[in-house]
Amino acid sequence: MINIEEQRVALNKTGEEMLNLVHKQVQLAYEAFTSFDTDLAEEIILKEKRVNALDVRIEKDTDHFIALYSPVATDLRFALALLKINYNLERIGDQAFDIANHTIYLNQKLVSELVERMQFNLMFETLESMFTDVANAFTNENLKVARKVFKKDKIINDINAKAFDIVAEDAFKNPELIRQYLMALVVMKKFEKIGDLLKNISESIIYFIDAEILKHKKKK
Amino acid sequence: MNVIMTENTENLNTEDKIAEKYKLQTKDVNVFYGDFQAIKEVSMNIKPNSITAFIGPSGCGKSTFLRLFNRMNDYIEDFKMEGKIKIDDTNIYKNKIQLEQLRKQVGMVFQKPNPFPKSIFENVAYGLKIQGIKDKKLIAARVEKALVQADLWNEVKDNLNKSALTLSGGQQQRLCIARTLAVEPSILLMDEPTSALDPISTAKIEELIHQLKKEYTIIIVTHNMQQAARISDYTAFFYMGELIEFDKTKKIFTNPDKKRTENYITGRFG
Repeated sequence: MINIEEQRVALNKTGEEMLNLVHKQVQLAYEAFTSFDTDLAEEIILKEKRVNALDVRIEKDTDHFIALYSPVATDLRFALALLKINYNLERIGDQAFDIANHTIYLNQKLVSELVERMQFNLMFETLESMFTDVANAFTNENLKVARKVFKKDKIINDINAKAFDIVAEDAFKNPELIRQYLMALVVMKKFEKIGDLLKNISESIIYFIDAEILKHKKKK
Repeated sequence: MNVIMTENTENLNTEDKIAEKYKLQTKDVNVFYGDFQAIKEVSMNIKPNSITAFIGPSGCGKSTFLRLFNRMNDYIEDFKMEGKIKIDDTNIYKNKIQLEQLRKQVGMVFQKPNPFPKSIFENVAYGLKIQGIKDKKLIAARVEKALVQADLWNEVKDNLNKSALTLSGGQQQRLCIARTLAVEPSILLMDEPTSALDPISTAKIEELIHQLKKEYTIIIVTHNMQQAARISDYTAFFYMGELIEFDKTKKIFTNPDKKRTENYITGRFG
C-alpha cells in the first residue's frame, strides 16, 4: 500500500471513530431525556470533551494530509469532505450535549403521553436509521445508501412541524405541565437539527464519491 | 484511442470554423520508431493563448508528441509519422513546409538551460541573425523586448556583454526563453523547463509562463503534477503512447473521467 493510501485509511478510521462516538452520544441523549436519567446526561457532558478532542485531531490530521501529500481528484475530495463531515459531526455532538443539559435543567421525567404524542420514538428510530446509512455510505462509498438519508430527513422535519401544534393544543389542557411542553419542543428542535446535520454529511459523502455538489439544490 | 477536445463545438459545422477556433490540431497521429509505435491514434485540438500540460509516466510518448509540433523528431532514425498536424490550418508535415519558418513559429525550451558560450546579448540575438536580420537597432530592440518578456531584463541590462554562462541556472533558463521569444514565435513548446531548477527559479518560470499566455500558445511537458495543476488550462494524460484523457485542468485534477488518469495523478501508478 502506498503512503497516501495509508494516510487515507488512517483518516477514514478516525472519521469512523468520530461518527461512532457522536452516534453513541445521540443515543445516550435520547435515553437520558426520555427516561430522565441524569447519570446518562452527566456521562454525555463528560464525553463531549472527547468529541471536541477528536474534532481537533481530525482537523489537524486532514491539514497535514493536504499539506504533505498535495492530494488531487478522489484524494482531494476525500480530504475536503472529511473536514465538512467532521464539522457536522462535532455539531451533532453539541446537540447531544445541549439535550443532556436540558435534561438536567428540566429535572423531571416527561409524561409518557407527551413522548408518544410528539412521536419522539419515531424521530429517534429515523435518526438511528440515518446514522446507519451515513456510516454505511461513508465506509463503503455507497452513493445509493447516502441518498436514502434525504428522504428520512423529511420524516424528521414532518414530526418536528407537527410538534408545535400538539404542544399548543395540549398545553391548554394541562397547564401544570407547561415546563415539560416547552422543553420537549426545544429538545425536539435539537433532534431535528441532528437530522439536518446528517443530511449535510450525506451531501459531503456524495461529493467525495461522485464529485457532485448538492448543497442548495432542491432536488437531491 | 481517439480523444478529441471539442468543447462547445455544436455550432461548428465546418473544418474552417474549427480551424479558426484552434491554434493547433492533430488528427489520428501515429508515430513509429522502426517497429515500435510510440504514439497511437492521437487527436487533439489546442486553443490559442492557452497553456496545455502533457503529463504521463516516462516513456508514455508525451515528449515525442510535443516534438512533432516543430518536427524535431525528423532527425531520429527510423522515425515515421502518420496522420495530420495543423498549425493555423496548415499541415506542417506537407513536403512544401520550410522547417526554418516552422521553427520560427514554434519555439522550444528544453529541460536543461542550454545557453551558447556567448554573451547574454548574443544569445538572444542569435536567432535574429540566423534569420538574416542585420539592422542593429532592430536587433537591440528585439533583444530588450525578449529579455523584458522573459522577466530577465532588470537583472542583466547592465551586463549584456557578460558571458551567459555566468548566470544562475534559473536565469539561464529565462535567457533561453528570451532567445526563443526573440524570433517572435506564436507557439512555445516546453519540455520539462523547470525540472533542473530550484523552487524559487521554478516559481519565476511558472509566473513567466502565466504572463506569456497572453501572447503565445504554450504546451508544456511536466512530471510535476502540482505544476501542471497550477499553471495549465488544459491537461492531456498520456499512457503507453495513447492519449487517455484530455480536458480542462480543473476537471482532470478534481474529477477525471478515466480511472487510469485518477490512478496516475493520485500517485497510485506510474
